[in-house]
Amino acid sequence: MVSRTAFSERRFTITGLKITRRVVFYAVLCVLGGLFILPFLWMLSTSLKLDPQVYHVPPSWIPNPIIWRNYPNALTYLPFDKYFFNTMTYCVGVTLGTVISAALVAYGFSRVRWRGRDAIFWVVLATMMLPFQVQMIPLYITFKNLHWLNTYLPLVVPAFFGSSAFSIFLLRQFFRTIPMELSDAARVDGANEMTIFLRIILPLAKPSLAVVALFQFMDGWNDFLGPLIYLNDSNRYPLALGLQQLQTAFNQGTIPQQWPQLMAASTVVMVPVLVIYFFTQRVFVQGIVVSGMKS
Amino acid sequence: MAELTYAQNLRSGSAAPKKRRKKAELRRIAVGLGFISPWIIGFLAFTFYPMIASFYYSLTTYDAISPPHFVGLANYRHLFMDDSLFRTALYNTMYFVIIGVPVGFVVAFLLASLLNQPMRGRAFFRTVFFLPAITPLVGTAMVWLWIYDPQFGLINSFLAGHGFKAIPWLTSTSMAKPAIIIILTWAQGATILVFLAALQGVPQHLYEAATIDGANTLRRFWHVTIPMCTPSMLFVLVTSLIESFQSFTLPWLLTQGGPDNSTELYGVYLYRNAFVYFKLGYASAMAWLLFLIICGFSILLMKTSARWVYYAE
Repeated sequence: MVSRTAFSERRFTITGLKITRRVVFYAVLCVLGGLFILPFLWMLSTSLKLDPQVYHVPPSWIPNPIIWRNYPNALTYLPFDKYFFNTMTYCVGVTLGTVISAALVAYGFSRVRWRGRDAIFWVVLATMMLPFQVQMIPLYITFKNLHWLNTYLPLVVPAFFGSSAFSIFLLRQFFRTIPMELSDAARVDGANEMTIFLRIILPLAKPSLAVVALFQFMDGWNDFLGPLIYLNDSNRYPLALGLQQLQTAFNQGTIPQQWPQLMAASTVVMVPVLVIYFFTQRVFVQGIVVSGMKS
Repeated sequence: MAELTYAQNLRSGSAAPKKRRKKAELRRIAVGLGFISPWIIGFLAFTFYPMIASFYYSLTTYDAISPPHFVGLANYRHLFMDDSLFRTALYNTMYFVIIGVPVGFVVAFLLASLLNQPMRGRAFFRTVFFLPAITPLVGTAMVWLWIYDPQFGLINSFLAGHGFKAIPWLTSTSMAKPAIIIILTWAQGATILVFLAALQGVPQHLYEAATIDGANTLRRFWHVTIPMCTPSMLFVLVTSLIESFQSFTLPWLLTQGGPDNSTELYGVYLYRNAFVYFKLGYASAMAWLLFLIICGFSILLMKTSARWVYYAE
């Protein structure tokens, strides 16, 4: 196997030592990778098993027989269709709100020159340091007084008002890379800022908007603390709370097929996120890297 | 409008262009503020007001039903003087910060270095290491509850099958914290990606120069790779520190703070005070203290960063 190293002389001196090294390298990599993937395989394997096999010592990996009905059974034990619908409401709302508000705000912070801009932007960055716990209690009181508890308004409405400082930051970084001459030329032609924003910047920024949308969707899907605080009625739960509810329900008594069903439900909650990731890997990785580089 | 300013310009000589410039500047400020206005409203309503309010609540006793009752610094005094569970929570959290954060940091950096080697299938392995990070935390918690199951979980069942003693993962005070740190380390994919990007950004010519100077692999790693990655390391340290101080979901789902309060973290105890006991004033005092602690640690890190962070150029 010829590896692509930067040192060209190595390419001609593939010795036995070097091959051994490569083999060890890939072996280490595969073992570590295996360890990381193991929990997922264990989850899948359990989700298809029948009870006696679940409690087999030492563990057996291949389900025999394969019990597909764990999936429908788990998902109808509690109303997971409702949970799914609630989660989608949450995710779509948050994504839409953040994309719209963060794009507008990021434009103001990057494409218009005005006095005080950078000072205010520091405030935006500083809010990222603020622990949610500090806002949590007064927000709860406020939303309670507005009779917004047990609805998705407390989780979705702030998104329309630029609550994601991270998204604003990310979009600002992208907007800054677009040449200023484009805006200046449009201004000379008499375009106002809103037109420039809608007609020139947004179309160019589609990839970065996709990053923000993706992150927000995932965050909504994974959020646990927010729904835990604002939602009490189990009919309004998102998947994250529903899954925990299922575990609590199973814990109350020894219910047959408890672990296979819990693993089946966990798989169902995880799969959409993993599928989205597989289709958007490049965008995703880019977003994380940008956020890490521009600290 | 433009004609008017032109006329003014003619009449009053040099004063007018200044005025016009000022007008243009005011206009730009208005446009800028207009664009960021959603954020301004959101900041005032959902960040600034809650900050002030929670500081006020922290000086009161408040149960969300009857109006807050002002008690001065009593909540803070109680936290420091009388509440032994608070001290336990602080200790547990520091354990996660001082042991968990560095463990995760080192593992992530080593994995990123491994991924940075010339290799085939990098995208595949990158995905493998990153996957746990995007998994919904609730799902992660359920899977690991099952893996750590004292009798039939993957690990203990394997150990029992091969004649070893079982490890009491989440059921013993000594193992519960390390058990959770293992999960956090497993789910560190974002950090790996940040490190990997930093490693790939190290200019190749630096390695070549070091090789010519006779540096071996280890010395190249120590004197080239690590210094060039220190800016990312600072970023990772600060963010994982902040996250670690606030962590709630995983311990809440796995152990609810147990056994015997050994995983009662700051975030868990705060949540319990706020939404289980409805001691909102007391919880607000905890929240503000947390904010100050986080600020203190972040500033400390930033201050020391001048000594060890290397910025090229």
